[in-house]
Amino acid sequence: MGHSRRRREAERDSLKAYRIEVAMSPDLRDAAGEALKDDILDLGIESVRSVRTAQVYRLEGDLSRADVERIASDLLADGVSQRYSIGGSAFAEGGEQFHAVEVAYNPGVMDPVAISVLKAIADLGISGVDRASTAQRYCIEGALSEEALATITNRLLVNRVIQHLATDVERTSLPSATYRLEIRRIPITDASPEELEELSDSGQLFLDRREMAAIQDYFRGLGREPTDVELETLAQTWSEHCVHKTMRGRVDYGGHLIDGLLQSTIVRATKELAKDWCISVFEDNAGIIAFDDEYNICFKVETHNHPSALEPYGGAGTGIGGVLRDPMGTGLGAKPILSTDVFCFAPPDTPYDALPDGVLHPKRIMKGVVAGVRDYGNRMGVPTVNGAVLFDEGYLSNPVIYCGNVGLIPRNRCEKRVSPGDMIVLVGGRTGRDGIHGATFSSGELTPESEVVSAGAVQIGNPIVEKKLLDALLEAREKELYRCITDCGGGGLSSAVGEMGQDVGVLVDLEKVPLKYEGLRYDEIWISEAQERMILAVPPDKVEECLQAFADEDVEATVIGTFTGDGQLRLHYDGTPVGDLSMEFLHRGYPRSEKAAEWTPPTFGEPEFGDPGELGDWLLSLLGSWNIASKEWVVRQYDHEVQGGSVLKPLVGALCDGPGDAAVWRPRLDSYRGIAVANGINAQYGKIDPYWMAASVIDEALRQIVAVGASLDHVALLDNFSWGDPDDPQQLAGLVRACQGCYDIAKVFGTPFISGKDSLNNCYLVDGNLVSIPPTLLVSALAVVDDVRACISMDLKEPGDYLYIVGLTYEELGGSQYYCRRGLIGNRVPRVDAHASRRAMSALSRACRSGLVRSCHDCSEGGLGVAAAEMAFAGNRGLEIDLARVSTGEQISRNDYLLFSESNSRFLVEVHPDRAEEFEAVLGDVRHARIGVVCEEGRFVARGLGGENVMDLEIAAMREAWQAPLRW
Amino acid sequence: MNSVRVLILRTAGTNCDLETAHAFERAGAEVGLVHINRLKLHEVELAPYHIFAIPGGFTYGDDIAAGKILANELRRFIFDEISQFIAQGRLVLGICNGFQVLVKAGLLPDPANADGPQQVTLTYNDSGRFEDRWVWLRVVNGDRCVFTRGIGHLLHMPVAHAEGKFIAKESTVLQRLQTAGSITFEYVHPEGRPADYPWNPNGSIGGIAGICDASGRILGLMPHPERHVDPTQHPRWTREGLKHEGDGLVIFRNAVEFARKHL
Repeated sequence: MGHSRRRREAERDSLKAYRIEVAMSPDLRDAAGEALKDDILDLGIESVRSVRTAQVYRLEGDLSRADVERIASDLLADGVSQRYSIGGSAFAEGGEQFHAVEVAYNPGVMDPVAISVLKAIADLGISGVDRASTAQRYCIEGALSEEALATITNRLLVNRVIQHLATDVERTSLPSATYRLEIRRIPITDASPEELEELSDSGQLFLDRREMAAIQDYFRGLGREPTDVELETLAQTWSEHCVHKTMRGRVDYGGHLIDGLLQSTIVRATKELAKDWCISVFEDNAGIIAFDDEYNICFKVETHNHPSALEPYGGAGTGIGGVLRDPMGTGLGAKPILSTDVFCFAPPDTPYDALPDGVLHPKRIMKGVVAGVRDYGNRMGVPTVNGAVLFDEGYLSNPVIYCGNVGLIPRNRCEKRVSPGDMIVLVGGRTGRDGIHGATFSSGELTPESEVVSAGAVQIGNPIVEKKLLDALLEAREKELYRCITDCGGGGLSSAVGEMGQDVGVLVDLEKVPLKYEGLRYDEIWISEAQERMILAVPPDKVEECLQAFADEDVEATVIGTFTGDGQLRLHYDGTPVGDLSMEFLHRGYPRSEKAAEWTPPTFGEPEFGDPGELGDWLLSLLGSWNIASKEWVVRQYDHEVQGGSVLKPLVGALCDGPGDAAVWRPRLDSYRGIAVANGINAQYGKIDPYWMAASVIDEALRQIVAVGASLDHVALLDNFSWGDPDDPQQLAGLVRACQGCYDIAKVFGTPFISGKDSLNNCYLVDGNLVSIPPTLLVSALAVVDDVRACISMDLKEPGDYLYIVGLTYEELGGSQYYCRRGLIGNRVPRVDAHASRRAMSALSRACRSGLVRSCHDCSEGGLGVAAAEMAFAGNRGLEIDLARVSTGEQISRNDYLLFSESNSRFLVEVHPDRAEEFEAVLGDVRHARIGVVCEEGRFVARGLGGENVMDLEIAAMREAWQAPLRW
Repeated sequence: MNSVRVLILRTAGTNCDLETAHAFERAGAEVGLVHINRLKLHEVELAPYHIFAIPGGFTYGDDIAAGKILANELRRFIFDEISQFIAQGRLVLGICNGFQVLVKAGLLPDPANADGPQQVTLTYNDSGRFEDRWVWLRVVNGDRCVFTRGIGHLLHMPVAHAEGKFIAKESTVLQRLQTAGSITFEYVHPEGRPADYPWNPNGSIGGIAGICDASGRILGLMPHPERHVDPTQHPRWTREGLKHEGDGLVIFRNAVEFARKHL
């Protein structure tokens, strides 16, 4: 042992701080290390021979060496597969080509493993550990320049938003800091409009001049200046995120006034459709529809775009954590039963030198997002049953992350109401500086004296805290221990308590909120967005029992105030008033937003290229494109079967690798009544016209529902907009057009929207210009299925069966993947004839119910060609089709257009020859054509308009082309 | 008929408890879902039950290592009760995370040597990540284990885990397990022969998917039989038709019937 190391260890001993390093035994595979080695190769660095990983635990407290030995050997290291070192390295290290990098969390960032370690050490009967923290250590062997090592470290190992490189004197946790109340008032009553604006900017309130003036008037009326927490509360309550100003405000759309965009389009469709199975729409945290005699179903999709751009793992994890709390906070609490997730990234092969400063590479974002959703969703025991991943250069600086969740709730638990006198009970995780806007981010240089501890805007979630919370909550719900519930999400307590008490008034004692660490100011406690928390309204006579119910499951529950009945929002800290606002002003005092929209249809170059003749290579190229390629790498990492209700899985077919349409699920294991869940989204069509994008994605979501054999009779929709700058008249006009498309099309289909979300301001600066993401609308559909045993899958079943196409093909290739593959956009975006589409879908549903359909798949990206190929390799069957027989809505003289047009409302349907006549009779006047036959031989053959072969591909080659790109 | 009582253990992060309860109920048992805190505080006792089942999930987030923290808790707080339960010849089943717990608590492969050094473990999948996929299982030494008696065909069910690779400390340990007939399930090719990834989904030595103790009354397995008790759970029922029942149900029925006759 070298002298310096001995000295360091002696110092550590005197501090009673121990560092334990655990690594896989050298003779065992270190899969995490090998995956990293591949990632390093991806960076173009080829000299790395091996990467090994170790988990580092730091413990502080009054511990004997023997205690630490026992902790290491009995708890932290597996006696069969791992080895450990106390105070040293678990590897044989040394030599010039050996590089070690240790990455630790920044102070204040959630470290769930450390919390578990403390529990487990206590379980061992060892007391005296004050603090624990964890870190990752990477040992990289190979000739590396300093620059190359820095590239690896920065691109793959450390994310400085939440982590830093560990040092020799790494501390285990946060120093304590005491807080002394100091009320801060912000002088605004005499401020000029310019000063108000400056105040909004410097305080990061994101309030405009009119809003600041309304606040000024209010406080002039009161004859006093606001406190900081009052301003923060107003800013949070009036934020775009919470009140959806743009969607609820006034829009001047090319001279036509729209008073409440959301109300006049999406909500209007629901009102006019007036379905009796809609139980609660656009009110609660999720929309609720009827399911069966005992249960209702609720559904919500959320976005989590900006956090995921900064810290993909934590951002996506807390995204799914947040959307799971939506059903949990709906009615008196629904049980989350399945998730559906949709992501939009830039292509994973984007060159590194094309990345703007501060932007993470899309492959790293994608891997982080998938891991984040995986780890949170799987740990919550909520299956992720399907989803989509889209790729477009427009998402480079701003990925789009949608997390959706369906919940099951007893019919008699859907209503909630706060009564004056109820206690405000905070349940779940503790509160820290998590997600406080404008919090300055400090890392590394932390001293015991430091009072500033910040975790920044991005957090790591702790799914087990949320799982415990869910378990305890459902128990408490069944015992009727509370009257109302909502989740603490964006805006923290301010939003949750402020909204819940808006009709009655609240008094909150902020010092009662349990903290992760000392030193938080009262306003930080109030607006912290710490995860895994919910708010209950508990009648006083139930408080004791309620707190006990949570304690029984090791969940913290704390009374933090009362619902008063005085209509005021009052905040106290240690008995001292720090805020007092009228709920009326807080929730209804904001000036309506007024924005201008002006639509100028964009025009793109019209493609000029000839029919290539041979189309096999083009089909393979489309199958291997990022947007169409198999997402099996993602799907298998999600537990899509936990809870046991899986009926149609995301991957279906002979080899369980075909792309299924809607997922089908049984919410109750004692019943065959089920639900089907599907998504429609397209990042290309909106570039041409968001109206037809909206129409197309509704049609697509519904097609997938119908393709599994469900009907349109009992289908609810969710809208979810991720849009650019709402102050840009063209962007806003696109939003108006998309909303109008939603109204027009959903109305005809008879499918009401029950909830939704809009995430605006998805834009970023490039060379001083604000660039918006492609207009992105996700429409999610939820159908109730009477009997899941009648459902069908998309894989071809039997040689000799006929293949039909239902619906008409047009020369609609604008925004198609075929054009995209040729670097084009085009102008002729697919449209929707909703009346015709509804007739086709209804007829197809009847045919499925009658057992006439053996497989069915909708035509979407890549058109008929891709859909047919997918059916063939999913069924491991051959297929022959004749393009001349395809039913068209106009004269189409090119085989490539017939094969790759993305016209909506089309299905490919497999029918047994004996049932063909019956099938055609059920379709009646719905346009359809028999275009081919299923074959034994493993080839996909297409004949062109002239009877010539335009394609002849092996099924195995198509499958390989489709699977290769994302075989990571 | 005597009622058979099953205690399904719950704690923070348990998440396959309800479908496991459903499987046991379908097999004719009465099920109690019990949080470990109730056992620790002796508010509920293990003794009145015939079968003790630890279901799948991510107890304590799989932090440190999958199943480790719950195993530690069992050993520290209710080990005497469990030992007595086992000594009375009652049945213990650990599925997925439950299997990881049994191994790390020393209850498998040999509860008599639970205090000795751990002999086998379940470590990270060779793929390095969590995977959900369907596998085929061959029942080895079927009559050795009460849960698998009379099963003569391959069983089809899913795995869903990140740490399921079975390894032994030394090759002699593996030989001892083989000789003692403690290996209960092996991952195999759909045609029944030994196979590599993906049919062996995690790289387990010898394709080992589940083991039992010498008495054949303690079983642990990584795959999820409770996820294939209904025919609609089969991944290819839309092509192959609905079977009479899911392949996993027989494991629960065997246990319940054994308990009814003998316990």
